[in-house]
Amino acid sequence: MRALALIARKEVQEGLRNRWVIAIAALLAIFALTLGFLGATPTGVVKVSPLAVTIVSLSSLSIFLLPLIGLLLSYDTIIGEWDRGTLALLLAYPVTRWQVILGKFAGHLCILTIATVVGYGAAGTALAITSNASADAWTAFAAMTGSSVLLGAVFVAIGYVISALVRDRAAAGGIAIGVWLLLVVVYDMAMLGALVADQGRTLDAAAVSWMLLINPADAYRLLNLADTSLVSAFAGVAGLSAQAGLSPAASIASLTLWTIVPLATATFLFARRQL
Amino acid sequence: MNRQPIVLQGVSKAFGRTQAVRNIDLAVDAGECVGLVGHNGAGKSTLIKLMLGLVRQDAGSIVVLGECPSAGVGARARREIGYLPENVSLYPSMTGAEALGFYAKLKSRPSAECQALLDRVGLAPFATRRVGTYSKGMRQRLGLAQALLGNPRILLLDEPTTGLDPEVRQTFYRILRDTRKDGTAILLSSHALAELEGEVDRIAVMHQGRKVAEGDVHHLRMRAGIEPRLRVRLHACRRMDGWTELPGGFFERDCADGDIRARINELPDTAQEIEIVRPSLDEVYAAFLRREEAGA
Repeated sequence: MRALALIARKEVQEGLRNRWVIAIAALLAIFALTLGFLGATPTGVVKVSPLAVTIVSLSSLSIFLLPLIGLLLSYDTIIGEWDRGTLALLLAYPVTRWQVILGKFAGHLCILTIATVVGYGAAGTALAITSNASADAWTAFAAMTGSSVLLGAVFVAIGYVISALVRDRAAAGGIAIGVWLLLVVVYDMAMLGALVADQGRTLDAAAVSWMLLINPADAYRLLNLADTSLVSAFAGVAGLSAQAGLSPAASIASLTLWTIVPLATATFLFARRQL
Repeated sequence: MNRQPIVLQGVSKAFGRTQAVRNIDLAVDAGECVGLVGHNGAGKSTLIKLMLGLVRQDAGSIVVLGECPSAGVGARARREIGYLPENVSLYPSMTGAEALGFYAKLKSRPSAECQALLDRVGLAPFATRRVGTYSKGMRQRLGLAQALLGNPRILLLDEPTTGLDPEVRQTFYRILRDTRKDGTAILLSSHALAELEGEVDRIAVMHQGRKVAEGDVHHLRMRAGIEPRLRVRLHACRRMDGWTELPGGFFERDCADGDIRARINELPDTAQEIEIVRPSLDEVYAAFLRREEAGA
């Protein structure tokens, strides 16, 4: 455990030094503040809490941003350190390979958590000062922030699998972008296309729910958009999410599995890999 | 139980169709420094990685400090091994002291040891500078400092002096000499043979994954079969039959050890600066490679 904690601490220290944490926090804060103040302008007319609108907007943004950030943090974790020679050195010390992977994961999770809490927290604080939001809205905002970290963690774990599989940093980067496109963009388009083509003949509500659950980005969408009354106004998969009727626990279970399985796979691949 | 810290017997390793290491036997005693010599791709780095358990051998046995590194049970042994990879670039965003402190904690060593090691490798004045700003020589010195953490019983150094200036190289070898006195077994790979003379007890020459020769420098010179050369300078420049003329009034010829005295006696009175030139290690290495390629 000591080695794991040391590796995690080193990752956080490096994340702070090379300004990853600041860059992510600043990016998230800028988007959150922009969406919070500009995106919530119409709420004065429709009497909806600006925070509720911000949650919806931020969730939609996080679906694209957090996976990208997670993959960027992790795609060269193994292959990058191998290229620099530090991985061989690290493994020559009394540490096991699973400690290296889990230590790095703990460190990257800390970086994601600090950056997301600071970034979204800054926007939340600004909105709290300027508007009166209900306790429920704040709970939803906190849940959205927490689930955004979980979504990021999923893609950090996927990034490790990529990094443990390839022998070239450029290839790892290319595959990471491909995975992001597939899970975040292409999957939804393909699913909507399939639904339109099917015209409700074979794909019933249960099938749609499962299709949403098995993709981490959609599980995150289900978690944050399902309870929001505004969502029915949304087009595309966000609208589907509102009607799926799945419990938050199912979405959380999906995201947790999407973290654990890739992490275990990456650990297995890394343990078998000859360096 | 064998007391030698490193014992390899019949070790082979292939990566796909490439046979990186073929049937290698090698042992290193405590307090002994062995040079692993060969050009790039000869299998030196693979051999070191096999000893660390970073890759698994296809055949043969490896015992490092009484343990088999490839069996994944080498954590205890690794506490007593110092390793310096080729061209390592330690975490550039950390300072030298932080990077060394990180490795010290992994080996459960006290932080006071880091300061002593930074002093020993001459990096103490630069300890608070980021590793990313270090020169190649400073990075290698920091790499050596981390390898020396915990007074290891084994030091595995992969091309440690490549690209270093002569002064840093001498500091490097001075530290290694001190470490040997403490009983540390050192295995260091290099393709700069000349610099190993006087620094290692034994040399193992590798070529295409095979060990083509092993022994101390004298033994290797004898086995290479290259005769020493007699070199003289003549006061008044003149032709000498059977001798090769060199610039600066020098003449040179091959000369078997038993003939040296007779050849010197044959020299004219004008001969000056008589010198017996032993074949350099580079020539010895080249001779082994030529022989190996001729036999292949």
